[in-house]
Amino acid sequence: MGAFVIRRLLWLPVLLFFVSLITFALGLYGPGDPVQVMLGMHATPATIERLRHTYGFDQPFYVQYLNYVGNALHGDFGYSLVKYRDQPVGKLIAESLPVTVQLNIVSILLGVVLGVPLGLVAALKRDTWIDLLVRGIVIAGISFPIIFLNPVLTFIFSRRHDIIIAAAHISFSLGPFLPMTGGQWDGIFSTKVILPAFIEATGVIAVLTRQMRAGMLEELGKDYVRTARAKGLRERLVVVRHAMRNALIPIATILGLMLGSLVAGDFLVEPWFGVPGVGALAFDALFSRDYYVIMALTLLIAITYVLANLLVDVMYGLLDPRIRQA
Amino acid sequence: MTASISVSMRSDGFTRHARSPEARLLSRLARNLPALLGAMVVLAVVIVAIFAPVIARYPYDQTNLDAIEQAPSAAHWFGTDALGRDMFSRIVWGARSAVFVIVMVTLLGLALGVPLGAAAGYFGGWVDTLVMRVADILFAFPGLLFVFFIAATIKPGIVAWARSIGLTDLARSGYLDYAVVIFALGVVGWAGLARLVRGQVLAVREREFVLSAQAIGVPTWKVIARHILPNALAPVIVSISMGMGDIALSEGYLSFLGIGLQPPTPSWGNILADNAGRYWRTFPQMIWLVLIPGVVLAAVVFAFNFLGDGLNEALNPEISP
Repeated sequence: MGAFVIRRLLWLPVLLFFVSLITFALGLYGPGDPVQVMLGMHATPATIERLRHTYGFDQPFYVQYLNYVGNALHGDFGYSLVKYRDQPVGKLIAESLPVTVQLNIVSILLGVVLGVPLGLVAALKRDTWIDLLVRGIVIAGISFPIIFLNPVLTFIFSRRHDIIIAAAHISFSLGPFLPMTGGQWDGIFSTKVILPAFIEATGVIAVLTRQMRAGMLEELGKDYVRTARAKGLRERLVVVRHAMRNALIPIATILGLMLGSLVAGDFLVEPWFGVPGVGALAFDALFSRDYYVIMALTLLIAITYVLANLLVDVMYGLLDPRIRQA
Repeated sequence: MTASISVSMRSDGFTRHARSPEARLLSRLARNLPALLGAMVVLAVVIVAIFAPVIARYPYDQTNLDAIEQAPSAAHWFGTDALGRDMFSRIVWGARSAVFVIVMVTLLGLALGVPLGAAAGYFGGWVDTLVMRVADILFAFPGLLFVFFIAATIKPGIVAWARSIGLTDLARSGYLDYAVVIFALGVVGWAGLARLVRGQVLAVREREFVLSAQAIGVPTWKVIARHILPNALAPVIVSISMGMGDIALSEGYLSFLGIGLQPPTPSWGNILADNAGRYWRTFPQMIWLVLIPGVVLAAVVFAFNFLGDGLNEALNPEISP
């Protein structure tokens, strides 16, 4: 176990080195000259030269890379070049990160609350219409394009569309919440959270339901379940106390891995619903070619993901002795 | 899960069946209604993609300002968009874009992932370490955001390169967009497949028939290609089938965001993006503008997932009979 953790820890800096190198190289060389992006087409060569010098773009690649990493280690990720001109990227991220984490926690909770019971029921009622229905929901959850769910669900539940809701004699609406209509984000405890959280949860629901169903089927087919049934244990106890506990182990792993994606804002959902999170920031940056922002976000998400992975592996090794040898 | 898959493959070796494994697979698949439906949708899309010029009733980029934003009718089955382009023709040509991207990305993923994964699993040692570490690095990046990052950053470079070697027309046409999308998705996509193949190869490598093949001096590449890979194939097929749905979705997202295929090259993603603003202002009168491309894209992703699910069950009868 000790050797395993040490090996993982030794690999970590190497991994982070490559991740940062790739991100930096893509960000710097891919789009062409960032100064050109900043100044537009009509800048004079003198201005370009001056700015290149100011931002250090005239230095060799490795110097720029080392500078970037050195500054990043001190929490300085450079400045936004385009939309939030000259605001520190660190500050932009610090402002949007809490929003994204909150929204992601809500959507993961929603996913657990809906996904685990669905998978359980599907496994217990296997091959009945309930099972078929649940499997249909799972596939729907991973199949419906977010770019399609966004407009359609928005309109079904928005104030501009009282017709459908009124016909059902339910007078609630979740909108308007789009930046286009002047909607404002009111924080995590407002009703505006419901739709984005639900849309983000569709994937989680699908993954957890599928895993829970497969896990339960696998556990229910095992010898210890047969033993438990044979000794006359009530079916409810067999399911709840024996099979379900084991089927929940992989669910815990999946949730552990999702810890890493807590900081990853969904850049299709957040901008649509005007959620001022990391996803919306990435969306803006991607469109305005604001590479310092994209680089910092890619790094942030990658590092968090790697650390969460490590944590899960270590925890798993501690919890389940069978893994340690591997 | 992978362990039980290899078990199921093993038990096949001991039982004699009257029919070939392929025939049994097909008959199991045919009994699975969703999978059958999925296969039919996939087949239909492929046919539409191949015969797009025959099926489309107008050129996909022919604008007609006298007939903008018309509801579906006999002349325009799916209506027309804000420039009066026939939506049916654009969707049909969009199928060609989608199928082309799906096939190329899958081939790229197979070409990189299968040999690398097989080599890693078979040889172990430093080959294994190298391949799996590279895969680790790719996995560290945040999924779709990384794909978008790559697509957004390499495109100006590729366009500049094409211009510099005198391919100005190519740079101006939409074809380079395909290269960008395929590259971005392929580079990221092979790692998962490599991991899967490696795991399967590890499970099969120690079996007796491999040992006997090695013992009678079969060349290494032949041992891998003839004896190991065919036995490691089942989960790869399932993963590819499900992956194709993801590729279609990713291409849709890329094009929706304007990083993938650019208009007028039709893609379901950019059709959706073109129409979304219009739809927003006039809802619900022009719902078909968003509904049709959205449902088509969703149906294709559905189809691949159903097919993958069905293949999974047909290939692993022990897990879910």
